[in-house]
Amino acid sequence: MKISHAICLSAALATAPGLAFAQDFEAALKARQGQFRIMALNLGVLGGMAKGEVAYDAALAELAAENLETISELHQAPLWPEGSDNMAIDGTRALPSIWDDRADFLAKWDAFGKAAEQLEEVADEGQSALGPAVGAVGKACGACHDAHRQPSS
Amino acid sequence: MTGGQRLSSDDLSAAAGDGDAAAAEQVFWAAGCASCHAAPEAEGDALLTLAGGQRFPSDFGTFVAPNISTDQQVGIGGWSFEDFATALRNGVSPQGRHYYPAFPYPSYAHMTDADIADLWAFMRTLPADQTPSAGHELSFPFSIRRSVAVWKWMNLDDEFVLGAADTESLARGRYLVEALSHCAECHTPRNAFGGLVKGRWMGGAPNPSGKGSIPNITPGALDWSATDIAYYLGTGFTPDYDSAGGHMARVVQNLARLPDGDRQAIAAYLKALPPVAPLDGGG
Repeated sequence: MKISHAICLSAALATAPGLAFAQDFEAALKARQGQFRIMALNLGVLGGMAKGEVAYDAALAELAAENLETISELHQAPLWPEGSDNMAIDGTRALPSIWDDRADFLAKWDAFGKAAEQLEEVADEGQSALGPAVGAVGKACGACHDAHRQPSS
Repeated sequence: MTGGQRLSSDDLSAAAGDGDAAAAEQVFWAAGCASCHAAPEAEGDALLTLAGGQRFPSDFGTFVAPNISTDQQVGIGGWSFEDFATALRNGVSPQGRHYYPAFPYPSYAHMTDADIADLWAFMRTLPADQTPSAGHELSFPFSIRRSVAVWKWMNLDDEFVLGAADTESLARGRYLVEALSHCAECHTPRNAFGGLVKGRWMGGAPNPSGKGSIPNITPGALDWSATDIAYYLGTGFTPDYDSAGGHMARVVQNLARLPDGDRQAIAAYLKALPPVAPLDGGG
């Protein structure tokens, strides 16, 4: 599988100079996909409490919200090298618009940061405050996925 | 079925302005008007300017959403309430032309008179935009608009698909899913003539854009709890805390504006659907 994949890529390279190997971007893909997994884990903690599936725990909610805010403060440029879009390589759903419309992508990442910050401010104030604040983060996630991520199925 | 006929005020038990403004705005979001009729890439308040221009590729050609803003010339600012009700319920323009069912009037036909009146009242308050509507780009024979009359005869149905809805929540869910939010338009497969296959209702379908597929959301494939479904519809978060993308992200933005009870009603409806077995290769 891996070998035939490499052959395909080499064949493509022969006709399209400048096309990169997916392996060149493996570290960047792992890092950025890892950051989204960290976000999902912490959103799971908060969402479970917002839904009422797990008991509200102010201290844990605060930690999870702080983690989200911290992720939002990571500079994104090193994670998104030019050429690591889903048209150029396998293993990513990142659309070329992330690079073609950089300002919009960064504005949407910034909107996530603002929503995470507001969530962090209310996370320890009780279960009822969580719902709308987690919802606002979800809205920020969705806005970026709508514009810049290939749908999954 | 009165397809093709024009409605008069005698056919309608409500008039524009009867309802209250907040309820009217919720009908607008539940019906998803802005998701297709706002300008391409519109976000935030720009969603309220229904300038048209989004393109929808399909097996029959590309449909381009028209301007339905309140502009008198290029929008629907010059329409009467009866014109509007006729368009939603019968899929017929004020000039008597059939609309292509990319405009989901087979779903909107189930709307109550009161909701049509509320929606009209709300849309009258939205901004005018002067962008002219672009024509659809359809291939023969679908470019012949009169063939739509036959399609309507084959496909318009007065009955809801889910026959029994014996709780208030289930009845509300059925109304939201089958009438306002027109979920089946994407989640149910179509036959060679573009009609929905009722035997695989909500059983998933190829994406009309040609890329990927739209999931089966019957209990035959979707095993999320009702709570998880309602939460997803309000926040976009799946039970794994991935989040909705593509066109569904816009649907979530609409449904997030409705009361919790409405999202729970949709979840109750989906849980009550007859399971459709997944096709090979997912669904």
